[in-house]
Formats: sequence, C-alpha cells, structure tokens
Amino acid sequence: MAEVLLDIRGLCKAFGALQATDNVHLQILEGETHAVIGPNGAGKTTLIGQLAGNLRPDAGSIHFSGEDITPLDAPARSHKGFARSFQITSIYPEFTTLDNVALAVQAHSGHSFRFWRAARDEPALREPARRIVEEVGLGARADVLAANLAHGEQRQLEVAMVLATRPRMLMLDEPMAGMGTEESQRMIEFLTHLKGGLTILLVEHDMDAVFRLADRLSVLVYGRIVATGTPEEIRANPEVRKAYLGEEELE
Amino acid sequence: MRGHRGLVVVLAGLALLALVPPVAGMLNQPFYIDLLRRVMILAIAAVSLDLILGYGGMVSFGHAAYLGIGSYSVAVMAFYGIHSGPLQWLVAIGASALVALAIGSVSIRTSGIYFIMITLAFTQMLYFLGISVDEYGGDDGMGLKRLSQFGNLIDLGDPVAFYYLVLAILVLTLVIVHRLVHSRFGMVIRAAKSNEARTRAIGFSPYAYRLVAFVIAGAICGLAGALYVNHTKYLSPHIMHWTISGDIMFMVILGGMGSTAGPVAGALVLLVLENLLSGWTEHWQIIFGPFLVLVVLFAKRGLAGWLAGGRHG
Repeated sequence: MAEVLLDIRGLCKAFGALQATDNVHLQILEGETHAVIGPNGAGKTTLIGQLAGNLRPDAGSIHFSGEDITPLDAPARSHKGFARSFQITSIYPEFTTLDNVALAVQAHSGHSFRFWRAARDEPALREPARRIVEEVGLGARADVLAANLAHGEQRQLEVAMVLATRPRMLMLDEPMAGMGTEESQRMIEFLTHLKGGLTILLVEHDMDAVFRLADRLSVLVYGRIVATGTPEEIRANPEVRKAYLGEEELE
Repeated sequence: MRGHRGLVVVLAGLALLALVPPVAGMLNQPFYIDLLRRVMILAIAAVSLDLILGYGGMVSFGHAAYLGIGSYSVAVMAFYGIHSGPLQWLVAIGASALVALAIGSVSIRTSGIYFIMITLAFTQMLYFLGISVDEYGGDDGMGLKRLSQFGNLIDLGDPVAFYYLVLAILVLTLVIVHRLVHSRFGMVIRAAKSNEARTRAIGFSPYAYRLVAFVIAGAICGLAGALYVNHTKYLSPHIMHWTISGDIMFMVILGGMGSTAGPVAGALVLLVLENLLSGWTEHWQIIFGPFLVLVVLFAKRGLAGWLAGGRHG
C-alpha cells in the first residue's frame, strides 16, 4: 500500500448557517490520481480554498507528507510541493507564455531580491521554463503574449506553470472547464501522461475525464464525503447514483 | 523604454533636454532653463511613482510626501548650519526611505481604494505637520539659507551646471528603474500586479517585494525633493499638498503607466501646458481637465504608447 501524501482530518468550514465543509476526512495516496466529484453547491470550491491555503478551516487539519500544513499560507504550501491550478484561467496575460512559466520557475529558485540583472537573460530561469513549455505542447507559442493564446492553450499554460514549481502533488480545479471536446481530449491525454509520476487531486465536472483518469474517487454532497472508492465501486454505489450520477445521466 | 524605437525616442528626448541650456542662452531666454529643470525634477518624482504605480499596481496618492521629506531634510539642515550637499542629500534619501518604510508597511497590507486613502491620509498628516511647525516657517515656509554645497565639484548657484546635474540624475533614475523592472525583483512586483492569486499560488509572498519597491520609490522621490528645494530656494509645506500628489500621478498616467521614460514626457507636457495655458487664462484648468480626460479615455498607454508604437514588456 502506498503512503498517504495528503491527509485531511475532520475539516469543517461554515458560512453562517451553511456548513460548506462538514467533517471531511480524506486520504490521498502518493502517486494516485484522486478525483473529487459532487453536484453544484456540494462545497468543492470551499474545500479547494482550504487546501490551497486561502481559507482558514473552522476545525480539523491538513497534513502533507506527514507535516501539519493547516497554518501555512498559499506561497508556503507551494514551497512544500503542493501546487494548484485555478478553475477560472489564472495566468499573466500581458507576459509571454515563456515569461509566465519562467516566473513559476523563479518562484522556486531562491529569493527574488535581485535587482540588476535582467530576468529574461537568465538561462537558469529560461531553460527549465522552455523545457516545460515544450512538454505541455506550447513550444511554438512560447513568445506569444498569454492574452493572445486560445482558451485551451491558456489552460495548458496554467498546467505548465503549476509543473514549473516542481510539485509533489497537483490540485487541479476543473482543468477542463470551458474547453471544447477536442481540447478536453488533448488535456485528458496530457494528464494521463502526467499520471503516475505525480499525485493528483482532480476536482472536475467532466465525468468522462474523471472516470478515465482517476484511480479513486470521492463524492462530495452537502459538504460531506458520502463515498470513496474505485470508479467501478462509485458507479455501483446506489447512494452516489441517487445523489449525483442520476442527474448526469439525465442530461 | 520599449524596444528599439522606444530607446531611440528616449535618447532623442534626452538629447533635446541636453540642448536646452545652449539654445536658451542663444535666444537669451534663461526662463526655459528654469522651466525644464523644474520639469526634470518632477519627472524624477514621476518616474519613481511609476515604479510602484505602473509596474507594482500600487496606486499611491501620497507621493508628494517624499518630495516634502527631501525638501525639509535639506532646508532644516541648512537652517541649523549644515550645508554639505552630499550629507544633506543622503539624509533626504534616507529619511524618505524610512518614512516610505513606515507608510508602506501599513498601507501595503490593504489594496484598492483603501490603499489610495491610507497613502493620502499619511501624506496629509505630514502636510499638516509641516504647516504646524512654526520653527520652520509653518504655513508660510521659509527660505533656503544656502544652496547645498558640493565644494569645487559643482555650484548649484550656476543655473546651467545645476541643470545638467538634474539631467544626469534623471538619466541615472531612468537607468535604475529600467534595470529594476526587468530584474527578478521587478518581475515579481509586475506579476503581483497582474495576478496576485496566481503569484501567491506559484510561491511568491508579494508583500516584502512590494514594500521594498515602495521604499525605493520613496527614496528616489526624496532625492527629487532635495533637488526641488534647491531649485525653488524656498521650503514650503505645500509641496506635500495632495494636489501635488495628484500632479505627479497625472504625469505618470499622461506619460504612460508601466513605461519607464513615459512619465518624463508626462511631466513635460503637463508643466509646459500649465505654463502656456496659465499665461493665457487663469482658468487654464478648465482646458486642462478635459484634455486629461481625453488622454485617459483614448490613450490608455499614455504618450509613451503613441511615441513607442508596439508594446514591449
């Protein structure tokens, strides 16, 4: 059995009377791709906010690689090797593709109180960035302003920036959001290629993607994890079918 | 300074500035040396504001504070009989940096409208402090006892020599800011302006970088203050008035935020227009106001956008 990399223990978060995260226990194993699915309003965004370090939980704790990271903020979690992407494309539109990725490399290359040398002339930043840009298939678009990339390319860029931080674990917040069928297929292929090397927590609406990529799934309903298991187990779970999959099949 | 065309425009502009004293001498119009020297001093202040406003996204509505601290440092030292230029100017830079550190460490924790209001409030506090200290002339201010002394090196009493010193400091400021904004440090503050959530998520904590940028901008503007009080030979608390902060901000917006040399053009146009229009009618602001509105509406990248053509980070 693989080791537990991310251990979420009894996480609770309420907004007024709304219990958005309700005693969530979840263990993500090293090397697995674990998907969290749930209907709209299930509390996925709130859960992600707490895992990313942007929201303080009311109770419970988050352990990463055996260390309690609950008090750490987002930059500190990034330095522990816990990286995230955003549901809404979050890049630097007025910088080039390569600049975007080089910034992520820079964030993990010591402090940036270096005032004189042009960052764009530093091979230590540009070369790793260029490798990653090529790896995600944006090599030909390296010098294009990120604002001028197609939506699917921007999503790829976002993944490239996350990879450039050399993470141990990726948290991908709906990486297929707003993508056309063809772009989604390409992203799924790319994530399949990443899988195995990295631990991935995938929060995704696209059921096709989830069932193709995930080793295990957890179903979040009204802030609670109602089931965790392999894709087959989840498909067969009557409670899940009632709460979630039924709706999907109707669509 | 964008690309080759940008660099050519900047060098041509600086060459024209260098030609002002001989041309003014030939035309027997020393007034222009005085006007352009004032333009360049305020341009240094505007370039320093652009570092935090245009590149760092910190809309400081209190940049006049550092013009004031720089001016007071020089004038107060002169008041007590310390006339050494290097010492006065170092104190001006250091004191401005310290005040910027204090103001920045509080205000950078906020953003948006709160940041604007806090920087404005701090500067108004300094302004009222200046008005209330009767020792140094209070509301009326006081004359600068003696110009900053640099021994045999340079005599600020010589208008042309002082002019070229200001030009040299302006060029130095442009080079420093240009290097800064392209360095690793500059990339962080620009990234944090562009997308703060992303910047934190990839592992940067922007606060310290922003604070250092704020302090550097304050220090440079403090030096502009030291130049300014030597230029006017008079210390006035009104240099810290919020309208002066507004003027410096207009220079940056007019010239082009996030363009290193743009604010120089902004300072030139603003002050020359002010000069021409105010000679024509005392209600010159009625013309000037709509002009600014049009620039903001139709040339979001300011004069630098027109002059330099294509965008180059």
